[in-house]
Amino acid sequence: MTLQAFAPIGVLIIIALIIGVIILMISRVFGPHNPSFRKNAPYESGMKPIGPGTRRMPVKFYLVAVLFIIFDVEVIFFMPWAVAMRDLGVYGLIVMGVFTLILVVGFIYEWKKGALEWE
Amino acid sequence: MDFVVPTEFFFVLSLVLFVLGALGVLLRKNAILVFMSVELMLNSANLALVAFARQWNSLNGHIFVFFVMTVAAAEVAVGLALIVAIFKSKRSINIDDLHQMEG
Amino acid sequence: MFESPTLQTLTDYNIWIALPAIALAFGTMFLLVIDVFLPANRKHWTPILALVGIGISFLINLFTYNPEQTSTFGGMFVADAFTGFLNIVVLITAFISVLLSTDYLRRTETNHGEYYILLLLSATGAMFMVGANDLIVIFIGLELLSIPLYILSAFRVTYTDDRDATFVLKSEESGMKYFILGAFSSAFLVYGSALLFGATGTTNLREIFAAVGPILESSAENSGALLLLIGAALSLVGLGFKIAAVPFHMWTPDVYEGAPTPITAYMSVAAKVGGFAALFRLMIVGLSGLTLDAGVDPAAWQGTIQVIAAVTLILGNFVALSQTNIKRMLAYSSIAHAGYILMAVAAVGSAGLVPDIANTAAQAGLVYLLAYAFTNLGAFAVVLALENNDGTGTELSDFNGLYNSRPMLALAMALFMFSLTGIPLTAGFMGKWLVFSAAVQAGLIPLTIIGVLTSVISAFYYVRVIVNMFLLTEDEGSPAVGETAPVRYAVYASMAGVLIVGIAVPLVTNLVNMVSLV
Repeated sequence: MTLQAFAPIGVLIIIALIIGVIILMISRVFGPHNPSFRKNAPYESGMKPIGPGTRRMPVKFYLVAVLFIIFDVEVIFFMPWAVAMRDLGVYGLIVMGVFTLILVVGFIYEWKKGALEWE
Repeated sequence: MDFVVPTEFFFVLSLVLFVLGALGVLLRKNAILVFMSVELMLNSANLALVAFARQWNSLNGHIFVFFVMTVAAAEVAVGLALIVAIFKSKRSINIDDLHQMEG
Repeated sequence: MFESPTLQTLTDYNIWIALPAIALAFGTMFLLVIDVFLPANRKHWTPILALVGIGISFLINLFTYNPEQTSTFGGMFVADAFTGFLNIVVLITAFISVLLSTDYLRRTETNHGEYYILLLLSATGAMFMVGANDLIVIFIGLELLSIPLYILSAFRVTYTDDRDATFVLKSEESGMKYFILGAFSSAFLVYGSALLFGATGTTNLREIFAAVGPILESSAENSGALLLLIGAALSLVGLGFKIAAVPFHMWTPDVYEGAPTPITAYMSVAAKVGGFAALFRLMIVGLSGLTLDAGVDPAAWQGTIQVIAAVTLILGNFVALSQTNIKRMLAYSSIAHAGYILMAVAAVGSAGLVPDIANTAAQAGLVYLLAYAFTNLGAFAVVLALENNDGTGTELSDFNGLYNSRPMLALAMALFMFSLTGIPLTAGFMGKWLVFSAAVQAGLIPLTIIGVLTSVISAFYYVRVIVNMFLLTEDEGSPAVGETAPVRYAVYASMAGVLIVGIAVPLVTNLVNMVSLV
């Protein structure tokens, strides 16, 4: 890969930086600027906020996230096989069968343990 | 002029990321941030592996990266579970609060 | 050019030589499915089936034990005497740990079938590490060994009655510390592997060995030698964490103290076996040619290993002197024993040019690992027998007058302590004798002197346990609530192992004489 291939990206980055700086400068220079207490409140002309903005999530979401991660990365092994499937033939099929079997064992465990229930 | 990006560029970037990750593990106090720093270290190794694999025109590096990614996912699963368990009983995930045992 | 593999490829693959590990892996998955479907009143079958699985793998290992080196998975996995011997150590460790676990889990209310499955998965990882001949397999084996151990260290969290109980908090903390430092160290190992790959263009250890020579000769115009050195150093850091060598030992006492005792017993042996197997393979098969002046100097990593071994011996033994908790004392003792095995690694490194001496040193390291496995498992079995359900009863003072209440346990513990010290007629003596003589042959005289002196110092804290048990007769002794039939079998098995390795020396040396790494 040559460095020239990256040139458009470099140009894009520079243009984005310039535009961003220009916009900020314009509003700073030409806009009126007189802050007050009310204007700085989180919701101008709204209700006063009650309590912190972030709340604790139920732990079930973590469970879903964890299960998702584990069954998500299997794709990085399926993908190369799928690309070269015709060349790998029956051999590849058997090997991926073993791989899938291992995944299915994990899936059976997960299912039986009730990790997929949401109540 | 045809300038090919040398492997050293990728290597130096990966080295910087690795050192940042290692510093994060050593300096951060929040378990999740420590954990993200470890992931950064693993991914810096991935970058080095992929760069070297291109240099040597060898597939081994790519395959290594696949396995590192899988293992990182497994570690995420275990790590998050441990962090949730610790938060349940301690209400904190500051690793400095882990001082039940001294000596 | 790429050739499409056919069914013939599959049969040419020699997969059967990895059969002990593969059988254990598939047995474990089978057990996972069975355990999920077992009704609640039949759950006691899980440990029994786990023992059967370990036994089957053990038998397969005996039948496929072949000193000729054969390889499979495209050279990624090799089976030779080294693999076969360490497989035996791993399987014995797993077997005894399962024996220790059954009643412990029941009385601490953490009886879940997943425990045994994770234990077997970890053993599978150790077995893959033992046969690894490729950086990728070393990494995967290491992770398969470690990740279940992170969970198992924190396993007392599943105790539901009182989440703020000290032992629950300790167990959580143990799992978290092990996890963070374990993940940190494996990142070092991966980065080190990446650098080795970058320098040589291959991940296969034998091909790395072949590539090292030419790289060193042409190092004037490329940075390959530097990459190799840094890669070797980072890999050493990663593996140093796993074997708990100073200065990478900080996690050991806390993790050992907080983890459930059967897991402490298991990981004090299995993690070391896996780590040392990888260290032997990586440093000797892969990097023994990494010298600063080819043909004259010992390998470049050898001096570092000598220093690490010396520091490990000194720190492990001296800090163990001041411990009052037996689990922490055994943790520091296990750090010290890593130092003795590192002496064997250093001896192989300096004798790399003389294959005979190098092989003797490698064999000494293996015998030491076997001796250490039996002795440490036995010692932790006695500790477990004395431990109460709430995790107390593991102070040194709890051993006071044990001879009054449980003479058999006291005698067994005395034997294990003698073996850890290295008194003749025990396994520990055999291990130390072989390692010291290999180190002398390899010319590591200062290191050997440090080893002998620290062994003498170690006698102080090991003998203190014996004094507590036999001479403090005014105490009535611990009731040893954990001493149930399976625990007793485990103690007897460990005693038998210690005595067999210590007395029937030819039995072990014949097995190990076939090992040749160089």
